[in-house]
Amino acid sequence: MSSSSGQSSVSFSIRKGGLRWGETAIKTWLRICTLVSLFTTVAIVVLLLAESLGFFREVSPLEFFFGTRWVPLLNPSSFGVLPLVWGTTLITVGAAVIAIPLGLASAIYLSEYASDRVRAWVKPVLELLAGIPTVVYGYFALTFVTPVLRTLIPDIQVFNALSGAIVVGIMILPTIATLSDNALRAVPVSLRQAAYAVGATSYEVTTRIVVPAGLSGVMASFLLAISRAIGETMAVTLASGQTPNLEFTMLESIQTMTAYIVQISLGDAPSGGVAYQTLFAVATMLFFITLLINIISQWILGRFREVYD
Amino acid sequence: MAFSSEQEQRNLVARHRRSRLFARLCAVVTWSSVFLLAVLLVRVSLDGLSWLDWQFLDSFPSRIPERAGIKAALVGTLWMIVLVALIAIPVGVSAALYLEEFAKRGRLSRLIEVNIANLAGVPSIVYGILGLAIFVRFFALERSLISGALTMSLLILPVIIIASREAIRMVPMSIRYAALSLGATRWQTTWSHVLPSAFPGIMTGVILALSRAIGETAPLILIGAMSFVAFLPQGPMDSFTALPIQIYDWASRPQAEFQELAAAGIIVLLIVLLLMNATAIYIRNKTEKRQK
Repeated sequence: MSSSSGQSSVSFSIRKGGLRWGETAIKTWLRICTLVSLFTTVAIVVLLLAESLGFFREVSPLEFFFGTRWVPLLNPSSFGVLPLVWGTTLITVGAAVIAIPLGLASAIYLSEYASDRVRAWVKPVLELLAGIPTVVYGYFALTFVTPVLRTLIPDIQVFNALSGAIVVGIMILPTIATLSDNALRAVPVSLRQAAYAVGATSYEVTTRIVVPAGLSGVMASFLLAISRAIGETMAVTLASGQTPNLEFTMLESIQTMTAYIVQISLGDAPSGGVAYQTLFAVATMLFFITLLINIISQWILGRFREVYD
Repeated sequence: MAFSSEQEQRNLVARHRRSRLFARLCAVVTWSSVFLLAVLLVRVSLDGLSWLDWQFLDSFPSRIPERAGIKAALVGTLWMIVLVALIAIPVGVSAALYLEEFAKRGRLSRLIEVNIANLAGVPSIVYGILGLAIFVRFFALERSLISGALTMSLLILPVIIIASREAIRMVPMSIRYAALSLGATRWQTTWSHVLPSAFPGIMTGVILALSRAIGETAPLILIGAMSFVAFLPQGPMDSFTALPIQIYDWASRPQAEFQELAAAGIIVLLIVLLLMNATAIYIRNKTEKRQK
């Protein structure tokens, strides 16, 4: 009896020890997987900064940030990044002008007016719209939007900023609509009921109570969509062309920061040269601009969120 | 209201008229967006459907539009789906499990959380540059399928982690307490109880993330997937092309025939995406039924 109980306790402790070892190994593996995301960030930052430093040894930061001519591949070259930043600005502002009012209106419709059945049907469709690959939007711009624009505005170029801005606007509209809808629906019904009880119309309730109460979420959705528009690549490359342009025009071909990166990687630049390093300098700007916007959007969400019970 | 002046009554009418107008405007805007999706799909189908036949699916790219096909791109994309799934799912779900079930709530886990949220917002083209520098150059994997798959895995990892964490958080604490009180270890509880309960939610998030990877073009252009590939990749180290690359290449050519080929390619791409989403819904429904 005593021997058997001793045996069982021994085997028990072995099993327990074995499990603990396995448990530790698994936990280590899980921790490594978690650290992959941290390594990714570190790798991106180190890579971009190191290569940009190499670039700025050849080109003065003054020329890069304030120069107005972007001719990296020809001789004499010029590395003023402003035309690329301007191209991205045109697309982003144009897309935002289209997508913010339309997206917010859709969100208001979904959260304030639509019946549950309509909402259950429309929201997935909008999400589907958000899931369509960007190259498809590029095709849509080239074969549909641009021809329509050309009949309306005959002297518009084949590649133009307007067409790109329109499709990018369509592209980010679902992001704004679905995220803002979530924010508006989080506003408690009691606030609406109180406003209706003192005789407000649905327009007044929406614009003076619901939207202000959900403003942090709504603003965050705008910023997220804008950061997507800045980083958007394929639609803009296909629709708006590859011509660095610093003019205030939506009707001419432009080049965004992302489109430039595509142009270089499709082949002209010899690896290792200054032209190749511009890739990293431009990407660094892109990375930090979008990072800044994302951080502001998270800050707004955390700082200005109205908490209701 | 009997004692309100005529002026006030007129105001009331105007306010309600404005309100109705506003409601109608919002509805029109929303339905226009839905209509736009319909226009987009109908346009693409009309442009591409006549080119979509077996010859198109079973041919390599060609300078002659009539002989061009999408075989190499389709096979490349299928390879990508499998490789990215094999890399990104285990790593992403493991990270989510660690953060939800094992990590102590502290500075480090807070830092990782913020970091993942920010990574999800990094433009895809930046991941392309990362892949080019690390996988193609530094690890000398060349312009191969595996370089593309690793790059795409990094790109969708934040999405998988965020979605999986949400699914894991939905699992009621009572299930964990029950397992732990019967003497199960942390990992036994996680593996046999938390993970199966969270599975449908995780699968949905994972497949949505995968379909994002399938549609991405820019990172693949950066790491150098080619648009003219007249062979099928035999293994992960081979060079390759993929559906969005092929579509981009055709769409950027001026000839109308190639534009229509691009449309046919888009139909194939959308069908692949639709099948993946249908799979996600099927898995979710099936596992949900089994659990009840």
